[in-house]
Amino acid sequence: MSIRVRIPTPLRSLTGGQADVTGDGASVVACIEQLESAYPGIGRRIFDDSGEVRRFVNLFVNGEDIRFLQGLETALKPGDELSIVPAMAGGARRA
Amino acid sequence: MEYLKGLVCRECGETYDLAPLHVCDLCLGPLEVAYDYAALRRDISREEIERGPQTVWRYRKLLPAGDRPVVDIQTGCTPLLRADNLGRLLGLRNLYVKNDTVNPTFSFKDRPVTVAATMARAFGFTTLACSSTGNLAAAVAAHAAKAQMACVVFIPAGLEPSKVTNIRVYGPSLVALRGNYDDVNRLCAEIADRYGWAFANINLRPYYAEGSKTLAFEVAEQLGWRTPDTVVVPTASGAMFTKIARGFEELVEVGLIPAGRPRMGLAQAAGCSPIVTAHEANTMSIRPVKPSTIAKSLAIGNPADGYYCLKTIRETNGLAGSVTDDEIVDGMQLLARTEGIFAETAGGVSIGVLKKMAEAGVLDPDETIVVYVTGNGLKTPEAVSDVLEAPITIDASMEAFESSLHPRPEPEPALP
Repeated sequence: MSIRVRIPTPLRSLTGGQADVTGDGASVVACIEQLESAYPGIGRRIFDDSGEVRRFVNLFVNGEDIRFLQGLETALKPGDELSIVPAMAGGARRA
Repeated sequence: MEYLKGLVCRECGETYDLAPLHVCDLCLGPLEVAYDYAALRRDISREEIERGPQTVWRYRKLLPAGDRPVVDIQTGCTPLLRADNLGRLLGLRNLYVKNDTVNPTFSFKDRPVTVAATMARAFGFTTLACSSTGNLAAAVAAHAAKAQMACVVFIPAGLEPSKVTNIRVYGPSLVALRGNYDDVNRLCAEIADRYGWAFANINLRPYYAEGSKTLAFEVAEQLGWRTPDTVVVPTASGAMFTKIARGFEELVEVGLIPAGRPRMGLAQAAGCSPIVTAHEANTMSIRPVKPSTIAKSLAIGNPADGYYCLKTIRETNGLAGSVTDDEIVDGMQLLARTEGIFAETAGGVSIGVLKKMAEAGVLDPDETIVVYVTGNGLKTPEAVSDVLEAPITIDASMEAFESSLHPRPEPEPALP
């Protein structure tokens, strides 16, 4: 299983500067768990303490938001592309 | 005097120097500009602002530019119109329209972009870019022209032709993507990672978003330095909505107006209303949607600031509502025919939702209400042109004129 994973700038300190890495896993969650073992620390940036995707992280499989697919359980097949994209929020400061 | 302290993560509080950054390295949370409010409280005054230029830069101390030279096409200081005719129809005695259709590129987007372009130049960028539903692209292209910077703007294919012309005229490289705005936004996030361009609403987003605070500053000043009781704001990503709320709070914080927050009313098109849907379901988690609405400038199905909008609505005992495409068209005509303002479809959303709120009895007839109208009707004329009465075409003779009057049209009813 070879998944192309696109890494956003803020996470590249964990991937040795690489913008694209190869992942592995039959689902989005499995792929991120595999990434965590290859690049320790990356899982914590994507998931919050309860294991949910952080509010300001968007995950896309082949360009589609996983919330329109099966979420973290969305199946992956060889050649798929998983993009990790921070949300472009930027409004009021924390109240 | 520099009142800027740097950038701070809204989620985890990590601090950063002023830089073209928008995401926290630690938690991927959004970054925002931090100010030295104690110094501002000491140094800012109504009189100084009132002596300032007739643009958003009269509020320079509350914007992230410091003393840097600004990229300015004279944005802001738009009219706050007392809307007596519309108010009478809706049973509202103190209704005002903030008419932001008359900015240089005909929408409120000139406000965030004058700030973003200023900071882009200060950071040494040579290319200004954005992902846009249309209005932002025009504002970015115009400011790039004024700053003599290169410009690349991205929009979804299929926007209104006049809106696209209003972008092309400034001479940018314009890329129309097959897909919706959320697709454009995702691609641009990746492009911003690869190219050293200043994306107004991506890597410069903390600065860009600050510009929309001036929509609150101006309203407070125009009301004689006070907050309205309720505002109604058309909403897509949620950045403007949260920044208007923040603008009023900030004026209190620096001592320019008495304490108090307006009730924040959020307006969306029914064909793209993920924030209203979450509010009505009493959840803080936004479910993205695939937009389908004539209000293309509001067609953002995955609103990045949606969570903060929901928080703001809760904190201010606020309101949220949505209107159908037909109600949007009705709203555009209602505003034009009562107050003489031709707004784009997003303005029809504002007016339609205001009308629904008035009819639902959730507005006090005597409270001061400001409805924001943020884009010009000439950007989206096709939304109304088909339902408007066609002109009577005649030969240039009195005879032709008088025979065209049969059957004689009913006189327009006078407004009460």
